[in-house]
Amino acid sequence: MAFMNPLAVDIEDLGYSHPGQHDLFFSHLNLKIAEGESFGLFGPNGAGKTTLMNLMTGLFPIREGSIQILGSEISQHHKSVSRFFGFIPQDLSFYEELSPVQNLEFFGAWSGMRQPAIRKRTAELLELLDLTAVRNKQVRKFSGGMKRRLNLAIGMIHEPKLLFLDEPTVGVDVQTRYTIINYLKELNKNGTTLIYTSHQLNEAEELCDKIALINEGKIIVHDHLANLLSSYREGGLESLFLNLTGKDYKH
Amino acid sequence: MYKLRATILKDIQILLRDRVGLIFMFAMPILLVLVITAIQSSTFELVNKNKLSLLVCNKDTGSLGGELVKAIDKIGMFRLMAVQKDQSDKMITDRMHAKDAMLAIIIPESFSSKTTARAKNTADKALHSFGLEGDSLQASPGSVDPLTLYYHPILQEPYRLSVKGALSSALQLVESKQVLRILYFSINEKEMPDSTEKEMLNNQVTITEIPLSMDGLKRMPNASQHNVPAWTIFAMFFIVISLSGSIVREKLSGSFIRLKTLPTRYGLVIASKQITYLCVTLIQAAIIFGIGVWVFPFIGLPALDLPADISGLIIISLLCGCCAVSYAICIGVFARTQEQANGFGAASIVILAAIGGLMVPAFAMPGSFSTIIKLSPLHWCLEAYYGLFLEGGKLKDILMNIIPLLAITVLLQLIIIWGLKRKRLI
Repeated sequence: MAFMNPLAVDIEDLGYSHPGQHDLFFSHLNLKIAEGESFGLFGPNGAGKTTLMNLMTGLFPIREGSIQILGSEISQHHKSVSRFFGFIPQDLSFYEELSPVQNLEFFGAWSGMRQPAIRKRTAELLELLDLTAVRNKQVRKFSGGMKRRLNLAIGMIHEPKLLFLDEPTVGVDVQTRYTIINYLKELNKNGTTLIYTSHQLNEAEELCDKIALINEGKIIVHDHLANLLSSYREGGLESLFLNLTGKDYKH
Repeated sequence: MYKLRATILKDIQILLRDRVGLIFMFAMPILLVLVITAIQSSTFELVNKNKLSLLVCNKDTGSLGGELVKAIDKIGMFRLMAVQKDQSDKMITDRMHAKDAMLAIIIPESFSSKTTARAKNTADKALHSFGLEGDSLQASPGSVDPLTLYYHPILQEPYRLSVKGALSSALQLVESKQVLRILYFSINEKEMPDSTEKEMLNNQVTITEIPLSMDGLKRMPNASQHNVPAWTIFAMFFIVISLSGSIVREKLSGSFIRLKTLPTRYGLVIASKQITYLCVTLIQAAIIFGIGVWVFPFIGLPALDLPADISGLIIISLLCGCCAVSYAICIGVFARTQEQANGFGAASIVILAAIGGLMVPAFAMPGSFSTIIKLSPLHWCLEAYYGLFLEGGKLKDILMNIIPLLAITVLLQLIIIWGLKRKRLI
């Protein structure tokens, strides 16, 4: 597969086993994602989506092969590379005792930003994600949707070139999902690379240029969504997903 | 530096939202210091001002029973409450059950006659050994019927022993007086004058009490001097609940995952907590010492006298705080759940306080504890504080306590670094 743009993610011969397990969960896994893409990673529960995301963000150590993020090996240059990517974990990742402003100021500082830039960006993000009215309220008292929006805002505070999103819309209402998806589309249009996992396949159809289906630690298919649908003669992503991963429960 | 400042600010903001944690760190130790000092102060005063109530039932038909009661009263340790002769033992014990008194003494009917007979026998033996003729020696004067001492079981062993000692000395006085009177009469064939009796019996050697001091000044220890430093240390180490819990909470929360993906080392989280909680321990010490100095006198407790070496006090408080924070972080790094951190943290501090001499003085512990005591960082903190507060020492005088405290702190820090590396956090 030829890429016009430089690679945002280049995974070669990746080998990884879960702690305490001898067998490799990922073995000789290869994946390339170009800068500016909106890439969706899909698969049933336990397929390895979150694990792969954690490996790409440097949270898990790789055993074999290499993962290059924006041209640098993540295991060796985590500190310098991590300035340029953002991560929206599946779990809500902030301090519930603090307010949105306090959270954004703290994570902004940890992302390497200075105070004036943090303040400006905080105001922008709170406005964009409709959190300005509750900017100084304790997050603990927020609804699930508000927490998800804040989770997204924190990952975006340092304006990353590459954004990893692990099920960013899980458990939110239609309105919040709409806000988040629209915001992500806008980001991608402005050049931010998105790497996205979700069980919401309709979101993927709306958001992603390319997708990969992953099952039991292996990438089954990886292509433009339109190409996949036509080559497998499926009408939608859901039927393609069921066709390739089976209809049985995985986990 | 900006990252550290932002992290400290975050820790302070979280701390201020944690009302239960604040109660544990500030209100609980203050209450503890007040309660324990009040209790111990009343124990100090039990000997000096407050008196133990003692029911006295003098059934003696002679005069020596009355003399014994006067001698007991003169000790100054008891508030005597006379009981009618005809009251039965049951009536007396019933009054004790009703907490009218903690102690009761019953002087038997034959006390005077039998004590006099024994005294006469002793005097005759003495005269005989001097080569003087006394009355013919009795074969056996017979033993004096024992005095009965009832005590309430809540009276602890040390008090009971000191009560028994005081009563024995009163008894000894009465017996000696009687022997002396008989000797005097046998030699002079007249009653001993009161003035001679007083001169012979009361002219005792006095005891001058001098508390050990490093600066040569005599300061009398009181409950505040003992308790305030001890429970300040306990409070400092009790931050383990809040601090280790906060580390575990952060490790288990989603925020930890995000922190690990950011271009900042996790060690900064630990450094921030060290600084924030060190400040907390210093504020705790300042508040508790302040209460000891300014509030205690208003509530009838002895005021805390701060040591002359204030800079030494600050340095020791800083070292104690560092050690307490290191211990709490160590637990937070290794605990997997908040329950583990809280349970182990709280229990271990109580145990370390107990073996460190905060609850029972180290000198009163069994010999086998001599090594274990030294393992408790709270012991070295207490020794250092006592060197300043009770002995009037300066920093150089308590170096031997500072060195082990520093060594324990450094060891704890090394364990923290090892634990963080082992868990791939730094």
